[in-house]
Amino acid sequence: MLLIDCPYCGMARPEIEFAYGGEAHIARPADPSAVSDEEWAHFLYFRSNPKGALAERWRHIFGCGRFFNCLRDTLSDKIIATYKAGESRPDLGAEGAERRQ
Amino acid sequence: MRFSFVNVALQALKHNSGWPEQWRNPEPKAAYDAIIIGAGGHGLATAYYLAKEHGLTNVAVLEKGWLGGGNTGRNTTIIRSNYLWEESAALYEHALKLWESLSQELNYNVMYSPRGVLMLAHNMHDVQVGKRHVHANRLAGVDNEWLTPEEAKAFCPILNIARDVRYPVIGAALQRRGGTARHDAVAWGYARGASARGVDIIQNCEATAIRRDASGAVSAVETTRGAIAAKKIGVVAAGHTSVVMAMAGVRMPLESYPLQALVSEPVKPMMPCVAMSNTIHAYMSQSDKGELVIGAGTDAYMSYSQTGGLHIANHTLEAICELFPTVRRMRMLRNWGGIVDVTPDRSPIIAKTPVPGLFVNCGWGTGGFKATPGSGHVFAHTIARGEPHPLAAPFTLDRFRSGRLIDEAAAAAVAH
Repeated sequence: MLLIDCPYCGMARPEIEFAYGGEAHIARPADPSAVSDEEWAHFLYFRSNPKGALAERWRHIFGCGRFFNCLRDTLSDKIIATYKAGESRPDLGAEGAERRQ
Repeated sequence: MRFSFVNVALQALKHNSGWPEQWRNPEPKAAYDAIIIGAGGHGLATAYYLAKEHGLTNVAVLEKGWLGGGNTGRNTTIIRSNYLWEESAALYEHALKLWESLSQELNYNVMYSPRGVLMLAHNMHDVQVGKRHVHANRLAGVDNEWLTPEEAKAFCPILNIARDVRYPVIGAALQRRGGTARHDAVAWGYARGASARGVDIIQNCEATAIRRDASGAVSAVETTRGAIAAKKIGVVAAGHTSVVMAMAGVRMPLESYPLQALVSEPVKPMMPCVAMSNTIHAYMSQSDKGELVIGAGTDAYMSYSQTGGLHIANHTLEAICELFPTVRRMRMLRNWGGIVDVTPDRSPIIAKTPVPGLFVNCGWGTGGFKATPGSGHVFAHTIARGEPHPLAAPFTLDRFRSGRLIDEAAAAAVAH
């Protein structure tokens, strides 16, 4: 079971308090009728599914109820960082590499 | 050497010292007509049918570990074909028909046992969905029938049908031709058959890149044992499909999740069939060794960790203890996870890709084992002819663009 740091509540809570929201930073096209079927399919269904760092959404349903983002290594399941919705994905620099140890 | 009464008797006289190796362990050649990436059941079956039915014997199957060591060796060995939509029922029924004669076909005992698969209903919604499946299956020519709780208990005597439990059994769908098979034997049987027909099975050989020529078509696979050229490449990499397809620059509609299973200590025969419950999420059968084989659910989040959370397995065992109170004091021997690739509509993708020469067979999600022979059979056709087999035709990559999805979320039996 993961221990997830909710950036709004400011504390680590067990995974069963949260609901998973899939890959993060997938923006809905601003004008859906302007994009091709191909682009719409990619927005709806196609995912990066990486073996490594993944930015994903979680919702603290049995806590504050808010959506936030999480950067996690999908091979080790280690959480690298959590950050508030609307913030950009943290840069995996030296600090990120260190926290993955 | 064939397995026959005469050969078994002769070998017994020689203390079984004369059996040859079951498949060759060759060094990779510089080039092949076709390369299959992934030597699990589906990949080996593909190679077998390429050689046997399409005369394509200059084929290599690349495997990063050992053959059958991935999801082929991790599943709960359940076979059934009671899927809702005509496209899926036809595909899984094709596989089931191949299962029925597979041991004879391969001259290898895959221990296919049509002991019946019970799918339990615990609420009105389950009953409606279950009956809809029964009717749809019967119209499609697939056997499936509806049982009362008493009939279900007569079929599976250790099933608890008491009304005063949290999730009482109020009905069940039964596919009598469903059952189990020995998963390792399926991989070994196909490997033996393919190798005898000239297919090179190259283990400990991980694909690291896919080369494309000036026209964009595939030209070679780079591996940990050197580059191997081929004009046709079939990717059958289950949970790692997204990773392998990314080597050719193709993004997939897949997410990979850990799926868990457990086995108990071995006991005398007590469980005559397979029973599964989608709602409280558990399924159980008994292996010929006597272990109870129990399937749990996927984790909530995508991962490649091959473990899975303990609370997921715990949840399943709670359900098992309520459905089968007699197993409450049994101990679990092993618990493991495999990585399954799940599509948005829970149906597989058996298709050509936007890259010329590159084919993919993936997205079997939580239930690929049952389809092994059929999957290999139709994928071999797709690779050999360059056009999809009629049964594989609906399972394209393009359906996510056109919207012609084949939604089998209810038939997948594993809660996602």
